[in-house]
Amino acid sequence: MATTPNPLSQANLNMTSTPDSNKGADAGAGGLRARLFHPSTRQKLLAFASLLALIVFFSFANENFLQVDNLVSILQSTAVNGVLAIACTFVIITAGIDLSVGTMMTFCAVMAGVFLTYWGLPIYFGIFAAIFFGALCGWSSGMLIAKLKVPPFIATLGMMMLLKGLSLVISGTKPIYFNDTPSFSQISQESLIGDLIPALPIPNAVLILFLVAIGAGIILNKTVFGRYTFALGSNEEALRLSGVKVDFWKIVVYTVSGAICGIAGLLIASRLNSAQPALGQGYELDAIAAVVIGGTSLSGGTGTILGTIIGAFIMSVLINGLRIMSVAQEWQTVVTGVIIILAVYMDILRRRRQ
Amino acid sequence: MQSEQTETTAGQGSAYLISLRNVTKRFPGVLALDNCQLDLLPGEVHALMGENGAGKSTLMKILSGVYQKDDGQIIVDGKEVAIDGPRAAQELGIGIIHQELNLMNHLSAAQNIFIGREPRGRFGVFLDEETLNRQTAEIFERMRLKLDPRTRVGELTVAKQQMVEIAKALSFNSRVLIMDEPTAALNNAEIDELFRIIRDLQTQGVGIVYISHKMDELRRISNRVTVMRDGKYIATVPTEETPIDTIISMMVGRQLDSAGPVVADTSANQVVLEVKGLSRGQAIRDVSFQLRKGEILGFAGLMGAGRTEVARAIFGADPLDAGEIFIHGGKAVIKSPADAVAHGIGYLSEDRKHFGLATGLDVKANVVMSSMNRFLKRGVFLDQAAIRSTAQNYVRQLAIKTPSIDQPARLLSGGNQQKIVIAKWLLRDCDILFFDEPTRGIDIGAKSEIYKLLNTLAEQGKAIVMISSELPEVLRMSHRVLVMCEGRITGELSAAEASQEKIMQLATQRPSAVAVTTTH
Repeated sequence: MATTPNPLSQANLNMTSTPDSNKGADAGAGGLRARLFHPSTRQKLLAFASLLALIVFFSFANENFLQVDNLVSILQSTAVNGVLAIACTFVIITAGIDLSVGTMMTFCAVMAGVFLTYWGLPIYFGIFAAIFFGALCGWSSGMLIAKLKVPPFIATLGMMMLLKGLSLVISGTKPIYFNDTPSFSQISQESLIGDLIPALPIPNAVLILFLVAIGAGIILNKTVFGRYTFALGSNEEALRLSGVKVDFWKIVVYTVSGAICGIAGLLIASRLNSAQPALGQGYELDAIAAVVIGGTSLSGGTGTILGTIIGAFIMSVLINGLRIMSVAQEWQTVVTGVIIILAVYMDILRRRRQ
Repeated sequence: MQSEQTETTAGQGSAYLISLRNVTKRFPGVLALDNCQLDLLPGEVHALMGENGAGKSTLMKILSGVYQKDDGQIIVDGKEVAIDGPRAAQELGIGIIHQELNLMNHLSAAQNIFIGREPRGRFGVFLDEETLNRQTAEIFERMRLKLDPRTRVGELTVAKQQMVEIAKALSFNSRVLIMDEPTAALNNAEIDELFRIIRDLQTQGVGIVYISHKMDELRRISNRVTVMRDGKYIATVPTEETPIDTIISMMVGRQLDSAGPVVADTSANQVVLEVKGLSRGQAIRDVSFQLRKGEILGFAGLMGAGRTEVARAIFGADPLDAGEIFIHGGKAVIKSPADAVAHGIGYLSEDRKHFGLATGLDVKANVVMSSMNRFLKRGVFLDQAAIRSTAQNYVRQLAIKTPSIDQPARLLSGGNQQKIVIAKWLLRDCDILFFDEPTRGIDIGAKSEIYKLLNTLAEQGKAIVMISSELPEVLRMSHRVLVMCEGRITGELSAAEASQEKIMQLATQRPSAVAVTTTH
């Protein structure tokens, strides 16, 4: 059956045979159709269609929306939230939650400031510091959750406040400026792509977002670590009974997530040319919202990086578009709230149908 | 009857794939396994029989490394081994298929089978999906199973999921396969398929330990039977030469508690509850019965026979496909537990902690929980004085042992918690009470108090359905016994007719296989 080349006859088979026995055929020549109508694909298509619809709507609503400057600004504003959302995606796939990504990002930015501005080290030390301290914070959360069995919500809530406080203490509640390291602001602001193709002045922050996304996608789908990330969220007990070191991998998940927060810290510090210690709280909710809008289930086991990226773009297109249409900021927040509720409700509908 | 059939095995240990010798396991307060034995030959299907709680699953969990034994020996290929975890068991070639399948629904069949042992590609961190799927396809081929390795497990039927579990066990080159009630959720065609695979494995020399309650399956598939009872080894017998009745009497052979009180004849009492043709999918199939005033109707059967499902359906907790419910002769429409309570039906669930009690709240709050609107002052405020006196009253009446009515319910013993739940329903004026495993997790002293209470309630004219998996309890308490198997009522016994053997026979009488059970 798997070798049947005629898609028509396979369609017939699909109707007459059991769902299990025709999988071989689906994966062959008729695979595209089967994959398009697969529930997980449908969610992604839906999210993507929503994004397109938003873009089309705002294009007609206001002629400024499609201006290159505005599109670049949308991309730029997605970068930080997008990277944070990728960090959250790992944790949420394991059926966990991380409320500390926002303040962790700030803490990493502050640590970069300590290395570069306070100690005057070369820029690579600053980059290393941000990612290293992100990983360290993530590792700590992971230890609390896996070893001490503190529920993720509480562990990362505590971590959120702890890191916020630490950032303020270390910086003396004042912003740390990177004026002594001029190249630092280039991390986010310059445009490597723009240098090559002047018509596309896409800032490096966006390039980094896509590189992180591709890297995260590969890790999640092609590596052993990614497999265990999904398995943890799907059925932790089954994974344990299969002889896998569940605690170890859970800690790795939070550590990787923390390292990615470090990258977000670099992006935001570079864009502001300073580490703003009071910033950060609230970013975690935007990140979680992007993950959820992108179709990753809070109950774990499923999720994609592509979905998360689309989710992050939906949020920033929405905010940008409403702003361009001169909708008051208060109302922008209201609309975002409605969108999140709608997205989660869609997820519930989808799971009920399964 | 028993000892003469026990095989002596000391001299031929090496012929066995596995020998368990004098395995003992203690849990806090309980001797779960007391010197248990089991020998498994290559290519044999060895059935492990016993009532619920006999220790079968515990023994198998020790063999598969989920629990550690306290005493005794495990001998594999003639050598004593220590099995300190699931991994160790897998490496010895011992695979287990748990009753609750342990699969990750979001992953594919192949990913599940090789979880923790994924074929790796470059740098040892990247997955080699191609090899993974090919190796899985090879295992499926060996099982003659038509299944795409890439199918997500969550999309498979339970039967197919079980096949995935078997394939997983085989992927370890298992020579010993333990199956814990593998047919519990399968239909007849699926059972045939499972048995075909088991026979294939037999010819390849795999030894299979098969736990089941179903007598007809025993005949079809097993070579030998080992019977356990109350954590003890009873006997091992060849299946062919042993009548089913003998096996049943070995299983239930324990002495009854001293005979209960002579039960009153309730057969002329007024019918308070009648159900006709209750059906829901496979779980409840055409169930009809009557319940009379002052009667304790025992519901016997094995776990999963559909007794709890029937109670929950009548109580409005689960929807019904078909069927009618009459209360005091009038047709009742019950769509929710609230409807049921309004009709005077109370349901005391099996799992008190989850469904019956708010364990964090105190005794008085639990007693008045479902009758709060009767204790209101001016429509909104709680009448604390009335609540206290009512709670005091029930504590005295039901002899609930608690330092005070302000004690949190979780600090009370199981028996006293059960009494609080009873008080709660009595306060609601329920005169039809469903008790689901009323004495589970309760110590022996408290059990007899619960029995006394049930008898008193019946004498006061309450109609009681008692679901119980403990046969002595059913026999001691019931005026009448209904036996269920696979969602159907397979028989009704009066208190005089009922015996453990008769109940067991009805409880294992799978409607689809009656012919097989009666031919021996």
